[in-house]
Amino acid sequence: MTTAQQPDNPGLLVLNQPKPVTATCWSCGAMRAAHYCQECGKVQPPVPVDYFAFFGLPCKLNLDAAHLERDFYALSRKLHPDINARADSHEQEWSLEKTSQLNDAYRTLKDPISRTEYLLRLQGVQLEEQSKAATDEARQTGTAKKQVVPPVLLEEVFELNMQLEELRMNKKMGEDDPALEKDLQAAKQHLISKQSEMLDELALVWNQWDVLVERTTAGESIEETERKAARDKMVDILNRRSYLRNLLREVDEVLES
Amino acid sequence: MATERIIGIDLGTTNSLVAYMENDRPVVIPGEDGSNLVPSVVALDERDQIVVGTPARKYLIGTPERAVYSVKRLMGRGVEDIQDELKLFPFRLADDLAPGEVLRIKLGNKTYTPPEISAFIVRQLKRNAERYFGAPVTKAVITVPAYFNDAQRQATKDAGRIAGLEVLRLVNEPTAASLAYGLDKKETATVAVYDLGGGTFDISILKLHEGIFEVIATNGDTHLGGDDIDNLLIAIALDDIQGDLGVDVRRSGEAVQTIRKAVIDTKIALSSQDETTLDIELPGGKRYQRVITREQYEQLIRPVIDRTVGPVRQAMKDATLTAKQIDEAVLVGGSTRIPLVRKLVEDQFERTPHADLNPDEVVALGAAVQADILGGGSEVTKEMLLLDVTPLSLGIESLGGGVVKIIHRNSTIPESATEHFTTGVEGQTNVAIHVVQGERELAKDCRSLARFDLKGIPPMPAGLPRIEVKFLLDANGILHVSAREARSGKEAEIEVRPSYGLTDEQVEGMILESFDYAEEDFRQRQMIEARNEAETILAALSKGRRSPAWEQLTSRERDDIGRLDATLQAVMPQDDYQAIRTAIDALNQATMHLAELMMDSAVTSALKGQNMETANVGEGPASPHPIAKAEIES
Repeated sequence: MTTAQQPDNPGLLVLNQPKPVTATCWSCGAMRAAHYCQECGKVQPPVPVDYFAFFGLPCKLNLDAAHLERDFYALSRKLHPDINARADSHEQEWSLEKTSQLNDAYRTLKDPISRTEYLLRLQGVQLEEQSKAATDEARQTGTAKKQVVPPVLLEEVFELNMQLEELRMNKKMGEDDPALEKDLQAAKQHLISKQSEMLDELALVWNQWDVLVERTTAGESIEETERKAARDKMVDILNRRSYLRNLLREVDEVLES
Repeated sequence: MATERIIGIDLGTTNSLVAYMENDRPVVIPGEDGSNLVPSVVALDERDQIVVGTPARKYLIGTPERAVYSVKRLMGRGVEDIQDELKLFPFRLADDLAPGEVLRIKLGNKTYTPPEISAFIVRQLKRNAERYFGAPVTKAVITVPAYFNDAQRQATKDAGRIAGLEVLRLVNEPTAASLAYGLDKKETATVAVYDLGGGTFDISILKLHEGIFEVIATNGDTHLGGDDIDNLLIAIALDDIQGDLGVDVRRSGEAVQTIRKAVIDTKIALSSQDETTLDIELPGGKRYQRVITREQYEQLIRPVIDRTVGPVRQAMKDATLTAKQIDEAVLVGGSTRIPLVRKLVEDQFERTPHADLNPDEVVALGAAVQADILGGGSEVTKEMLLLDVTPLSLGIESLGGGVVKIIHRNSTIPESATEHFTTGVEGQTNVAIHVVQGERELAKDCRSLARFDLKGIPPMPAGLPRIEVKFLLDANGILHVSAREARSGKEAEIEVRPSYGLTDEQVEGMILESFDYAEEDFRQRQMIEARNEAETILAALSKGRRSPAWEQLTSRERDDIGRLDATLQAVMPQDDYQAIRTAIDALNQATMHLAELMMDSAVTSALKGQNMETANVGEGPASPHPIAKAEIES
C-alpha cells in the first residue's frame, strides 16, 4: 500500500489534484501554498476538495492508518482554532473551517467501511440501504425501509428470525430459556465471524481497485466496465454487511432485554 | 508591560475556582479569605446586596428564601425539565413566569435567571484574580461538563459575558482534568477520566500522544452527583425526625438547610471513618442524633453510584476499548473521595485509579493550562493541543417527527455538516428548521436546541429553491447556522429562537444592568491600583533614605517627607480611595527633589531619558514610576 510521496516535503500537503489551488501564500507570498504556508505557517483559505486530496492521497482504498493519524495530528497542530486564537478574525474563520474539513476527512478515511462508502459516493454511486431518500420516504410514509436480504443468507436469517421471535415472546412472559439464549449467542458469534469474512472480501476488491488506479496513473486507459465491476462488488459487500449489522443489533437488543 | 493574563475558571455545582498558569505550573488563585474554593452559593443580604461564596452560606440557613445553591442544575433548562429538580431542591421560581420564558428564580423579592446568578459567582472569581494580580482581567476559559448540551453551554458563556469576561473557550471538565494530569507526561497513553461532582457526572476516554489530548468518546449524566447523595440522607433524616420527634420539618427551609449541612458533614466523615453520628440541632432546640455506619451508608447510596455504570460502559463501547486497553483511570470531583466510588471505578477499569491530583482543583488547573495554550504562553504548553468531541448527536426534525442525524456523537469538533432543503409551497419565502440534540429516533424525545427561521428566500415554484444550510459546531461545542439559496446565491437571514436560552438582546441588557456591579468592580480596581502605587512609592522611598542623596536634602524637606510618609501609611489600609490618592500625590510632590538628586548621582548621562523603573530605582509590576513624575525624562 502506497501513499503519495511529496518531494522534499517538511510538513506536508501540497494538494495532489488536477485543479490547481492557490499558488502563493496570501501573507508572505511564498510559493507552494497548501493548508498552511510552508514558509510562514499562516493558515490558508479553505477550498472544497475531496478527502483523499485533502490528505494528499490518491483515491486508493488501502492506506496506512498510522501515517494518516500522524498527518491528522500534524495538521491539527497547525490549523486548529486554539493554535490560531490570536490571529486576525478572518484567519480564525479559515482555521475553524479548515479544521472542520480536516476532522470530517480524517473520520471518514480512518474507518475502512466509511472510506469505501465515501469513495463510492465520489464515483456517483448511491447505496440502497444508506440512501437518505429511502430513509426519508420510510419516515414519511411510516413503512419499513426495504431491506434487501442477501440471498446467500436467506436460510440462516429465516431461522434466526424465528429464534428471535421466540425469545422475545419468552422474555415478555418472563420465562427464561437458557438453551435458546445459548443458541442465539452462538448464532451471534457466527454472524460476527461472517462480518469479518466480509471485510476480508472487501480487502480483495480494494486491491483490485487500487491496481486500476495505479494503471490509470501510469497512463493506461481503463475500460469503464472494469471500474464498474469493482464498484458493484463493493456495493454488494457493503449491503450484505449492513444487513448483518442491523440483524446483530436486533439480536443484541433481544438478548439484553 | 506584562501581557494580560487569561484565567481558567471551574464553575462548579458546589464549589467554584479560578486558576492561572504561573511560569510552568498552573496554580489556583485564593480568595481574600485565603481559601481556594468559592462555594457556589449566592444570597441577598439584609440590605439587598449580593453576597457570594462562604459569607453567603449562613444565609442558606438563616434566610433560605434569600439564598440559592447548585444553580448549575438550572442552567440552559426550561420549566418543564426541572420538575424533578424542584422536588428535591428549594428553588423558588418567579411567580410571573410565562410559558416559554427563560427560567427566573427568586431571591428575596428579586428574580434572576440562572446565568445571572452564575455571573455573580464568576464575578467574584474575577475579582479574586484581579486582586491577586493587581491588574485587570478580561479574558477567561470556563469549564463545563462534557455532557452539557448546546443550551447549557450557551448559558455558561452568557454567565461569563454578564460578569464582564470575554469567554475565549469553553472546555469540557474531564478534558481539562486530563490536561492537568498529563502536563508532564510524554508517553502515549489511553486515559479514562471519571468525573463525579456535586451535580454532574462525566466519563471521558482520551488518547494522549506527544502533547495531543484527543478525546475518543464521552458520556455522562447531567443530573447525577453528590447532591443526590445528600438528598437521600436528608430524606432519611426527615422521615426519622417525623417518626422519632413527631415533627414534620419539611416545610421549614431553615430546618431543611440545617439538616443538609449536617448531612454533608456526615457524608464527608464516612469517607474516612467506619461510622459517625449524624447530629442535628433543629431550630427551636430539638435535637436529633443517629449513628450511621459506613455499611448502611453504602447500601443507601449504591443505587446512585450505580447510575454511573451505564455511561461508563457506553463510552467504552463507543471507543471500542476494553478495560485492559485503558492505561490509566483518573478520578475527578469531590464525590470521588467516597470509598464506594473508588471501588466502583477500580472494578470497571480493572486497576487502581489515579488519585494523586486534588479532585477539587484539578479541573480549574486544567482550565488554566488551556488558557495558556490559547494565549500562546509558555514553553510547557507550546506542544499541547486539545482535540475534543461533541457528546450528543445533532439532528433535524423531519416531516413526521423523526430525526435525521447530521452530526454524530463523539465527532471531533470543530465539525460541520451541510444539508439541503427546499420549499413545499409556491412562493414560500421562509423555511423553519427545528434542530435537536440527542440519540433518540423521535424529535420529541430529544433535546430541542433551537428553531431557525430562514427568511428572505426568493419566491419560486415549490420544490425549486435549493437551500443550503450549514451547521457548524465550533470548538466550544456550540452550534452556528448559516444558509444560502444555491440558485440565487442569496444568503438567507437566520432568526434563531433558542429553546431555553437568552437572546443576544437579553444578554446585552443584563450586561448593562451589571454595570452597577461593574461600578463596584471599577472602584475595587481603582483601590487596588492605588494601593499598588502607594507600596511602590514607599519601597522606593526606603531605598532613597539609604542613598547618599538623602543627606543632600534640607532637614525641612526630610521632615515633610517623613510626615507625608506616615500619612500615606496610615490611610492605606482604609477604604477611602480619595484619601489614598491625595496622600500619594503629596508624597510624590515632596520627593521630587530627592528623585532628581538620585538621578544626578548616577554616573553617566546614559541614564538621562530613562525613567525610574529602568534606572532600577523603583519596584512594582505595571505601575507608574515610583518617586518622580514623567517630567524627569528629558
